[in-house]
Amino acid sequence: MMSSDQPILEVKNLETHFPLEEGTVVAVNGASFKVMPGKTLGIVGESGCGKSVAARSIMRILDKPGEIVGGEILFRRNMGESSEEVVDIASMDSNSPEIKSIRGGEIAYVFQEPMTSFSPVHTIGNQIIEAIRLHQDISKEGAKEVAIHALGAVGIPLAESRLNDYSFQLSGGLRQRAMIAMTLVSNPTILIADEPTTALDVTNQAQLLELMSELQTDNGMAIVLITHDLGVIAEMADHVSVMYLGEVVESAPVDDIFHNPQHPYTKALLKSIPKIRSNSSERLASISGTVPHPYDRPKGCAFGPRCDFFMPGRCDASIPVLQEVRPVHQVSCFLYDEGD
Amino acid sequence: MTTTESSLSEERLLEVSDLEKHFPIKQGFLKKEVGQILAVDGVNFHINDGETLGLVGESGCGKTTTARCILRAVDPTNGQILFRTREDEVVDIATLKGAELKKIRSDIQMIFQDPFSSLNPRMTLLDTIGEPLLLHNMGTKDDREQRVAELLEMVGLRPEYMRRFPHAFSGGQRQRIGIARALALNPKLVVADEPVSALDVSVQAQVLNLMVDLQEELGLTYLFVAHDLSVVKHISNRVAVMYVGKLVEMAPTDELFSTPKHPYTAALLSAVPEPDPRTKSERIILQGEVANPADPPSGCYFHPRCSYATEQCKLETPVLQEITDGHYVSCHRAEELILEGVLAE
Repeated sequence: MMSSDQPILEVKNLETHFPLEEGTVVAVNGASFKVMPGKTLGIVGESGCGKSVAARSIMRILDKPGEIVGGEILFRRNMGESSEEVVDIASMDSNSPEIKSIRGGEIAYVFQEPMTSFSPVHTIGNQIIEAIRLHQDISKEGAKEVAIHALGAVGIPLAESRLNDYSFQLSGGLRQRAMIAMTLVSNPTILIADEPTTALDVTNQAQLLELMSELQTDNGMAIVLITHDLGVIAEMADHVSVMYLGEVVESAPVDDIFHNPQHPYTKALLKSIPKIRSNSSERLASISGTVPHPYDRPKGCAFGPRCDFFMPGRCDASIPVLQEVRPVHQVSCFLYDEGD
Repeated sequence: MTTTESSLSEERLLEVSDLEKHFPIKQGFLKKEVGQILAVDGVNFHINDGETLGLVGESGCGKTTTARCILRAVDPTNGQILFRTREDEVVDIATLKGAELKKIRSDIQMIFQDPFSSLNPRMTLLDTIGEPLLLHNMGTKDDREQRVAELLEMVGLRPEYMRRFPHAFSGGQRQRIGIARALALNPKLVVADEPVSALDVSVQAQVLNLMVDLQEELGLTYLFVAHDLSVVKHISNRVAVMYVGKLVEMAPTDELFSTPKHPYTAALLSAVPEPDPRTKSERIILQGEVANPADPPSGCYFHPRCSYATEQCKLETPVLQEITDGHYVSCHRAEELILEGVLAE
């Protein structure tokens, strides 16, 4: 059994670049975060903040020409018989047998758009059975049993007959459940869910979030939940990392993020969303400007030009680093610099 | 312009009665009609002058089709859409044709969801925003240019940008361009179909604030179609909820969110995750899937998923009725059920 106070996955100073003809897009710029066993890490940020690229870097399924140019992705593998081994995913070849056994096996991935993540020309059943037999030595019939059980476990009615359906015959909510069923058959220790409910309606979203929590309680897997929706984060996450333009700007337990945010970006983000359970219809506080294009990152702190607390000569001169301001609460902002 | 017999009470700008829009399902070589999708299946509501009505529901519930019927982007199958024009005449949009329809189009404009596909990449802002003016033969070239400059300023963009193309702008800025275009003809009613759902959270607030400001400044009336209940609650005076082509509930915003009367509304509200980890509310998890609008269930369309359903709900279709002042519900048990909202009263 693994000790639970050690992270199961630790991403350190990850840098992922996309060298294009027009210039290099720095999608992830030195991001660090930890995933604890059995817990949910929420990664939140707006489009282009690098949250999906970070997740895809962990799985080593980056679209070309994306490449990891720096940092470590340390994964603690359970080798059975209470022995453990820490491997660096970032240094593996993306086609090596080792990463193939981790990808879809120990670390599973749920995509945002369930319509495109299943093949439309194979039945759901065949795809799940293939996934099972890829990671386990089991007969076709045995794998079919496992598949039926998995579909049942995620609450798909008439699981046996659903095996013969194609993905387009399922509704969005059922498709996303089938996707989760497929990832669960290999008993992953980490489930990475990239905007798993964004394409779903709010009632389907509620069903799916409930399902994910139940599965986590039953299987004890860690979840990395990537989303732009602060409501989903508040509901699901134990610990939250806020990303902006490829960097983690704040990292704290979920309660601290919502009730004691420190970084000006986190604060502004929380103020800018309308809340359904509040009586006030006050004007929303908005963040001025827009997320800069990754080609022309601002000098110094990436959030500087949009920040209310911008300090000329300081924030545009050097880049702040993530540092602890309170126990397990890290912020990357000069406002909290010891030197002041 | 023909004035219809039907009356429209003074405070109302728009009244939709028994609106239906059916799409045929065609199959085979001869495109034989094998069935119909009841996208909008008998919808009634009204919008008062100067207010914002939020129209919410899940995908496929017919909210966009309803909006498109009002704009006459699609022709309704049945029903009446009474509208008060700027000349204070009441017309039925559902039956207007030709020149009369074109005339009414300057009164009702639309803001689209996707700011990336709703702007022509080959047209400058001047052409895009000035096009409605050109189509309605308003002013000379110089007048139009002046009006575009004015509109750009109104939505918070620099008039100098008018010779640029859309690709030079971010999502939020493009949505401002779309708003400027919608306002070019001084409309009375603006139909906004998911205007902020494609935008980032931090930009969403900017666009919502702009819409509120413009409403105050210009006395606009909004039909705000969206699936995000928090956004709808923020911007709307009243909210209407749709489910499988029908309106299930309509009430003033605070009342709908504090004391919903329809079990679907209550479930929908409870499903919205609150951005606060300390309020873990009791969620009503709906079983099953949204009904198929081509083959809806008998009686109340919501009964297979409703935990309060009785025998009557399976057999009889409920009608929308006003149970308290301004609170309309379509549920057999609306009077007896006590449902929980998400707002304290």
